[in-house]
Amino acid sequence: MRNAFSEALYEEATKNPEVYIVVADISPAGSMAKFSTEYSERFINVGVAEQSMIGICAGLALRGCQPFAYTIATFSLYRPFEMVRDDLCYQNLPVTVVGMGAGVIYSTLGGTHHTQEDIAIAGAIPNMQIIAPCDPDECREATRHCATQKTGPVYLRLGKAGEPPLTEGAEPWEFGKLRYLRRGTDVCILTYGVITKMATEVANQLAAQGTSVSLVSCHTVKPLDRTGIVQALNSHDQVIVIEEHAPQGGLAPQTKQIAWEINATCRLDTFTLQDKFIHNYGSYDDLLAEHGLEPKRILAAVA
Amino acid sequence: MATLTNAFNTDEARQRCTRYRRRILEVSQQVMALHIGSAYSCTEIVDGIYNELMRHDLENSGSDVFLMSKGHGCMIQYAILEERGALSRADMDAYCTSGGVLGCHPDIGNPGIEAATGALGHGLSMVVGMALAERARNNDTVIFTVLSDGEVQEGSTWEAILMASSFGLSNIVAFVDNNDFQSLGRTSETHPSFYPLKEKFDAFGWETVEVDGHDSQAMTEAVRSRNGDRPFMVVAKTTKGKGVSYMENVPIWHYRSPDKDEYIQALQELEAAL
Repeated sequence: MRNAFSEALYEEATKNPEVYIVVADISPAGSMAKFSTEYSERFINVGVAEQSMIGICAGLALRGCQPFAYTIATFSLYRPFEMVRDDLCYQNLPVTVVGMGAGVIYSTLGGTHHTQEDIAIAGAIPNMQIIAPCDPDECREATRHCATQKTGPVYLRLGKAGEPPLTEGAEPWEFGKLRYLRRGTDVCILTYGVITKMATEVANQLAAQGTSVSLVSCHTVKPLDRTGIVQALNSHDQVIVIEEHAPQGGLAPQTKQIAWEINATCRLDTFTLQDKFIHNYGSYDDLLAEHGLEPKRILAAVA
Repeated sequence: MATLTNAFNTDEARQRCTRYRRRILEVSQQVMALHIGSAYSCTEIVDGIYNELMRHDLENSGSDVFLMSKGHGCMIQYAILEERGALSRADMDAYCTSGGVLGCHPDIGNPGIEAATGALGHGLSMVVGMALAERARNNDTVIFTVLSDGEVQEGSTWEAILMASSFGLSNIVAFVDNNDFQSLGRTSETHPSFYPLKEKFDAFGWETVEVDGHDSQAMTEAVRSRNGDRPFMVVAKTTKGKGVSYMENVPIWHYRSPDKDEYIQALQELEAAL
């Protein structure tokens, strides 16, 4: 996903001399080397100074530029929170805050490097938009969108590296519209971000059992495609939300809220990270499992 | 940079500053509070920036830029913007009312306001971003800013100080309104290690001068005679509430408005200074 981001941003920077990236002593791999060499005045490394990273992006945007702030999610959103809120969101500037390695993907680095409340925190700020792509192709689309939109700030929640392609043959990506990766009639799985891989496994196993499954990437978490969620709730017997985020403030509670508001009659199950810090230094899958997120447990719960 | 070519008109500067202080005093009677002491502290600094230092007719960017990092001092900026015609008398009359656009801190979208400030420690990083943008465009735009001494206690301000000099942003001119007062007392007593300031900025790679922050001529000449190869910092020694005897160095005047009797006394003192 990082490489897809780098490639797309490099292409956009080639087209538009106002595209900047401000990094905090960490740089996306791949094409970012070309970016920093060819457009050195637009590749800015602030060192370990994330508050300044966000403020600098605001200053650039106030003078008409289209900046991206880039570092590990917890440091791009939590550390400089007031700068994100006041400088970017209050002033409604077209700055993209890239949160790399969000969720618990930095499994061995411990809780200080996990980002399990970011959707709730970013989503609570007026003007903030949130995009969480599920695979490299969606990341590319999202990056292009962020580099050209003038609506306001975006929190771009990314994974790390090695995410498999999950969207081949899916309908086109469009900001603000959820996207069916496959269409079925019985069960609909709503998900977003890196955990879409697990959701795909769940969908495959349900399909193998003879269930007709829809799998939906809710990549734009804010503004959420309410119409699309309503359609999903009304056209399936069962809806399952799988989300790598705390139980509060993410896709799961929003889907429940919409279901309540429309008197939905489908069954609705939600699977999220738990409201706790864990001290597990295993693999990414190990950490998700400790939070209760495993295909076999999800399948058992929804049967 | 260019050396001073025109003789500095001390009388004009003093008259302008008195005019602004009187205007702020007038507005103070509309509201309960307006950070009057903070505005009087940096009156000469902001006047000098707008009326002596900023170029308002640049071909490339239209104008040099001023960002009020110490947002709570914005009454002086409003008074100057009103005189320059960017803000109207009606705007000032509606200060801090539900129908107006002007509040106790500068707000984005208002004429002449470059950024929303008020939360401390935000301005200088935005200034760095602006300076990077203008340099990348090969514009000679200078970005001016005024920091409070209190906000130099914010870690984020030091991040920005480090950035500006590391990136060689010679198109930044910053002032610290060093009045040595904050809400809970005299900074030199509560946090003595905060001083000295000049040496700290020097150590961070800025070209730095210390000047009397109520001496308009000295500040203007210091800025105009800077080397211009690095960001420039003026540590301006100021008096909080400058110009009105009972306000000077009395913390309560950080915020509150004078009552009728106090208003009359202040007006008399300001007029006597002319």
